[in-house]
Amino acid sequence: MGSPLGQAAAENWRRLDEIIDYYKQQPGMLIRVLQKAQEVFGYLPPEVQTHIADRLQLPVSTVNGVVTFYSLFSQEATGKYTISVCLGTACYVKGAMEVLRAIEEELHIKAGETTLDRLFTLKPTRCIGACGLAPVITINEEVYGRLTPADIPSILYKYQKAGRKTAP
Amino acid sequence: MKKLKSLDDLRKLQEETYQAIKLRLSGTPLEENLPLYHILVCSGTGCTSSRSHQVRARLEEEIRKRRLGERVKVFKTGCFGFCKMGPVMVVHPDRTFYIHVQPEDVDEILDSHMAHGKVVERLLYHSPRTGQLQRTMDEIDFFRKQLRIALRNCGVINPEDITEYIALDGYRALGEILTRRTPPQEIIEEVKKSGLRGRGGAGFPTGLKWEYAAGYPGDTKYVLCNADEGDPGAFMDRSILEGDPHSVLEAMIIAGYCIGARQGYIYVRAEYPIAVQRLEIAIDQARQLGLLGDNILGSGFAFHLDIRLGAGAFVCGEETALIQSVMGLRGEPRPRPPFPAEVGLWEKPTLNNNVETFANIPVILRRGGEWYAGIGTPDSKGTKVFALAGQIVNTGLIEVPMGTTLREIIYDIGGGIPEGRAFKAVQTGGPSGGSIPAAHLDTRIDFKSLAEIGSMMGSGGLIVMDETDCMVDIARFYLEFTQDESCGKCVPCRVGTKRLLEILERITAGKGEMEDLQLLEDLCHDIKDASLCGLGQTAPNPVLSTLEYFRHEYIAHIKEKRCPAGVCHGLLRVIISDEKCIACGICARICPVNAISGERKKPPYHIHQDICIKCGACIAKCPVEAIYKR
Repeated sequence: MGSPLGQAAAENWRRLDEIIDYYKQQPGMLIRVLQKAQEVFGYLPPEVQTHIADRLQLPVSTVNGVVTFYSLFSQEATGKYTISVCLGTACYVKGAMEVLRAIEEELHIKAGETTLDRLFTLKPTRCIGACGLAPVITINEEVYGRLTPADIPSILYKYQKAGRKTAP
Repeated sequence: MKKLKSLDDLRKLQEETYQAIKLRLSGTPLEENLPLYHILVCSGTGCTSSRSHQVRARLEEEIRKRRLGERVKVFKTGCFGFCKMGPVMVVHPDRTFYIHVQPEDVDEILDSHMAHGKVVERLLYHSPRTGQLQRTMDEIDFFRKQLRIALRNCGVINPEDITEYIALDGYRALGEILTRRTPPQEIIEEVKKSGLRGRGGAGFPTGLKWEYAAGYPGDTKYVLCNADEGDPGAFMDRSILEGDPHSVLEAMIIAGYCIGARQGYIYVRAEYPIAVQRLEIAIDQARQLGLLGDNILGSGFAFHLDIRLGAGAFVCGEETALIQSVMGLRGEPRPRPPFPAEVGLWEKPTLNNNVETFANIPVILRRGGEWYAGIGTPDSKGTKVFALAGQIVNTGLIEVPMGTTLREIIYDIGGGIPEGRAFKAVQTGGPSGGSIPAAHLDTRIDFKSLAEIGSMMGSGGLIVMDETDCMVDIARFYLEFTQDESCGKCVPCRVGTKRLLEILERITAGKGEMEDLQLLEDLCHDIKDASLCGLGQTAPNPVLSTLEYFRHEYIAHIKEKRCPAGVCHGLLRVIISDEKCIACGICARICPVNAISGERKKPPYHIHQDICIKCGACIAKCPVEAIYKR
């Protein structure tokens, strides 16, 4: 498949078809298919959206409309680790903005961007419901609470070290 | 697990499992000859992220090594609510409440408490108010004024074991209804009698909602559970799903029976992975026991449940938007009527309730509507779960009778404001609510009185703010949120909130005019009147309430170009304290724009405000912390 996703992605396309076949019998499963597709590809590039639209017999505008509506979906490749900085009210009043700025400074990227080595994507997010630990960030599924900007370098270092080890 | 085929089967299972769990109920006598302990380790999101799972793993390992398995049992539970003190654990039967427990503490707990019955004092809670040691849950200030109904099982049972829920009367209400074939109208009457109002925010009478949904004819109907808790600063739904998922399941099945639905969906946020996982386990176990699916408890009644994951859109908490999203589409609301009770999911009659509302139902049916109606205020019955957060000593989750005053919640339960700072406001209802000043601290909170002072119950987030918080900035913060989360379908909300935000940004940047205040107010009322759904209709509330109670802060920003709380970046001044400055000259050397001048050893130095770029480099370098922003 001549997609920008490369030859090694053939396996991913096969998995996508499996997902679509599994869900297409039930009505209203578009969001679930997109969630699963994003798990496979890491993001939802136009080719994937078109493919899903074709196979579910939906207008591609419907699929893209859903992708752009929900903050969970990304149309651009994200890093290996997604850092979500909670900007819910509790975190905000407890200094989440300073934590966000510390991460921006440490990684030399702005909120919403991905580092050049594709290790981190930085994303402000809405309340994750851990207000007792404010301010909170999550890195993939891992939660870090009661943070100050000073905690950031050591937390990121852990992932940088792990990321380098697994890099090809 | 063997399928339960009748109410008798359920009763038998309850009797068997009750013995195992009764140790954890208050009032259990200590049987001296049989020192049996249950250690409950909080495994809610809060404690999990402070590594409570490592504590649990260590406990289990040590108990295995020491062959204590017969005497000491470890369980994971949902949230106790006292998140500030995590990781927490409770030891039964003596109800000792340990806080900030680390894996290294495990040995001492086993050696001292389990082996000799001697409590480990250093892990107990010290009341900062009285200085006293508070050993058990019942003694701790945070728990004393609470009345836990919706949270009754959170922190008591293992949410991943259905038999523990059954041991505490779980599925009994359902079993009795199905076995006796109670007419649905009778159940609805009981719910109506309880006076329960929807806990999602608007407070619509639950029984009435059920009655409407039951009244529309049709073979195909649906029950929805709104677990899309998008309100920033609220986490009660999350805690209920993590701590007691079966109470929601049981209520949904009963609701299905009442309105004639055979299918339900729980719409839960993907941002709540632990809650989703526990729900999956709960649904699976209920199916295995025959409490969900075809022919429930041999009664012939069938009800199926599935999970739908939200994908991150605040507006999906609005019921018509939620319905669109369950169908896999963009979550855009539509005008009501027709209400979902008539035209809902796939155009069929649909009943939609929030998690906390459902969690109350099984208890109400077990203990009767009148019992529930005996708690609370004339307008708002029962209890309400609140998420306490922000500038407060005891952050966490609490449940109190309606009519408790804000002062009791913030000072008696919440422990007041940390570090001796002054209380400024409490924000309720999130982006749909308002900020309440100190003058209203004695308001007894219920749906009506909160509305009267320009706020609302909302889902129950209580964010406390002190003198370090700028109320204009808070209004801006909420508008940034609603503007971002507006679905864009209707113009008043899409464009109106954008314009509101622009004005607030102007004011916080020091570029506001006095006319802006009138403009803000007019625009707020227009957006309220003209928006399509609850999101837009309530979006101006944070602005209106801060304008009413904290107008002086707006005026300080506009007229004096000053942020009294020292938050708004554009208005900050970097200042050197005359008293603290030792005239070392470091600040003048570090300043990139040469804005600081002074003579060495002759304090104080000065910052020229028209040159200063507020980079803060001098603050970081000052050896005596004499430089600050204000």
